[in-house]
Amino acid sequence: MPRANSKGIRTSLAKTPTGIQGLDEVTGGGLPKGRVSLVCGNAGCGKSLLAMEFLVHGAVRYGEPGICMNFEETEEKLTANVASLGFDLRELTKRKKLLIDYVFIERSQITEAGEYNLDGLFIRLAHAVKTIKAKRVVLDSVQALFAGVADPAILRSELQRLFRWLEEHRLTAIVTGEAGFQTLTRHGLEEYIADCVISLDHRVTDQISTRRLRVVKYRGTSHGTDEYPFLIDKEGISVVPITSLVLTHKALTDRVSTGIPALDEMMEGKGYFRGSSVLVTGTAGTGKSSMAASFVSAACTRGTLCLYFTFEESPSQILRNMRSVGLDLERWVKKGLLHFNAMRPTSTGLEGHLAAIHKLIAKLRPSVVVIDPITNLILSTGTYDVKSMLVRLVDFLKVEQITSMFTNLTFAGDPQERTAAAVSSLMDTWIVLRDSKPNGRPRRELYVLKSRGMAHSRETRELIVNEKGLELGILLRDHTLGATVEGPSAVAAAK
Amino acid sequence: MKKSTEMKKSSAKKRHTKTSRSDFFILRLYIAGQTPNSVAAIANLKKICEDKLQGKYRIEVVDLLEKPQLAKGDQIIAIPTLVRRLPPPVKKIIGNLSKTESVIVGLDLQPAC
Repeated sequence: MPRANSKGIRTSLAKTPTGIQGLDEVTGGGLPKGRVSLVCGNAGCGKSLLAMEFLVHGAVRYGEPGICMNFEETEEKLTANVASLGFDLRELTKRKKLLIDYVFIERSQITEAGEYNLDGLFIRLAHAVKTIKAKRVVLDSVQALFAGVADPAILRSELQRLFRWLEEHRLTAIVTGEAGFQTLTRHGLEEYIADCVISLDHRVTDQISTRRLRVVKYRGTSHGTDEYPFLIDKEGISVVPITSLVLTHKALTDRVSTGIPALDEMMEGKGYFRGSSVLVTGTAGTGKSSMAASFVSAACTRGTLCLYFTFEESPSQILRNMRSVGLDLERWVKKGLLHFNAMRPTSTGLEGHLAAIHKLIAKLRPSVVVIDPITNLILSTGTYDVKSMLVRLVDFLKVEQITSMFTNLTFAGDPQERTAAAVSSLMDTWIVLRDSKPNGRPRRELYVLKSRGMAHSRETRELIVNEKGLELGILLRDHTLGATVEGPSAVAAAK
Repeated sequence: MKKSTEMKKSSAKKRHTKTSRSDFFILRLYIAGQTPNSVAAIANLKKICEDKLQGKYRIEVVDLLEKPQLAKGDQIIAIPTLVRRLPPPVKKIIGNLSKTESVIVGLDLQPAC
């Protein structure tokens, strides 16, 4: 039904911030102010939590008291449920910033004997709003209302009346509803809520749970129609607001050291471009993590903040291992310049990892991010999902001008190019490490497969890792010649 | 139209402790202003009580427009709602009470056999 404001014209919608991390970005400022928004999804998707956070943040951060008319849980249960997130509902209720009204409808206890309407609900809501001068309202969930009220026709018309009442009183409201089979909500509520509909999805595939949020409808706002991953952790909901962006990030021209002087030399004497993405691939034991550690060490020496996401080794393992190659990372950790974040790749879906990474980066604002390794993340889900998620992550890092390094394990016998195919096009610099055993003497080799925007060396050098750190040894192969040419000293050593 | 106050509630509780009052009905009707449904409910209820309860009843009418805070206690969302407070158990009827049979059954007004 068309609805106009008091002037009879459609003005652009003002927005009310939700205070939920990432959601305000995704919606371009929050929910439509003074209107009713619908949050729907399957069971356990997080809609009640979203609604509750909307009220709590409203009360605490934006000075807008809120009412929760809850048709499913008692005040005690609700308070206990969100206490673990650091929300003290009792305190807020005492300070008259929040009012929870548990509306209990037990259909079997009620007999219908004639015409009625739901004025009782209106009166309770109006009374609550007046009591604390509320600006935000949550109705959670309409499903329970439909279950409790015998006549759906009466309920529907009363709900419409209720939504109009909310709008007339300029209350920003969230109504939660369960996802339907073919409709967004089981009772087709989306028809009545014209301005904003957000859909949450929670599914478990291969024992890994994935959460996504989608702005299905938002009148007056050009919203992305993408699904955004989100996670629920001990601080509540965080939405990852990154989308497949248009490629508008600035290309920086300043450079950062790789941490290995000889490698800097191979890269025009300067190292990586700041804000670029670097991929380091290699078979097991070729020194990938050491490369990452050298890079991070150099960055910390310059005083920049680094964030190291590790998916295989624990931080203390890494610290110990790097100590043996002469890299003291612990002092940077102590100085607060190096943060480790360790997680098993299978602990959550790719979206969950992405959300956690994004959240930590937004919180700490590092200049350097290392993800070591991305191998299991790539393997854990289908390639299309992975590629799109990684695109978002890399784009996000570039927009934030963060220099990033990703390590990837390749398998002996696999051509490098094929294994990292999902990822390599996103990377500006690609360094390949491998083992070789010419003349029976094992050694590690390194070469720069590509590095956009610079005249990098095409030589293969020996990578020497010892207690003094990482060094590059003699020239082994010069790819510009397209042939294997052994350098003079290598030939001498072989004899 | 007489509107009872909360004082009746406490006296009703005293009454309940006496054993022989199990057939005395205390009925509370929640309305929201003098709407057609509410007016009809009051009239219908009076008639039913006079027919079936022969004076062994008391009707309390609570206007939620005047006392909105009372809606929460009995979990009222529909208007009109009739609550049988005594004798226990509590029973609720919603509507303007035009369906007499439903009211009688719902309130369990049949005399004990």
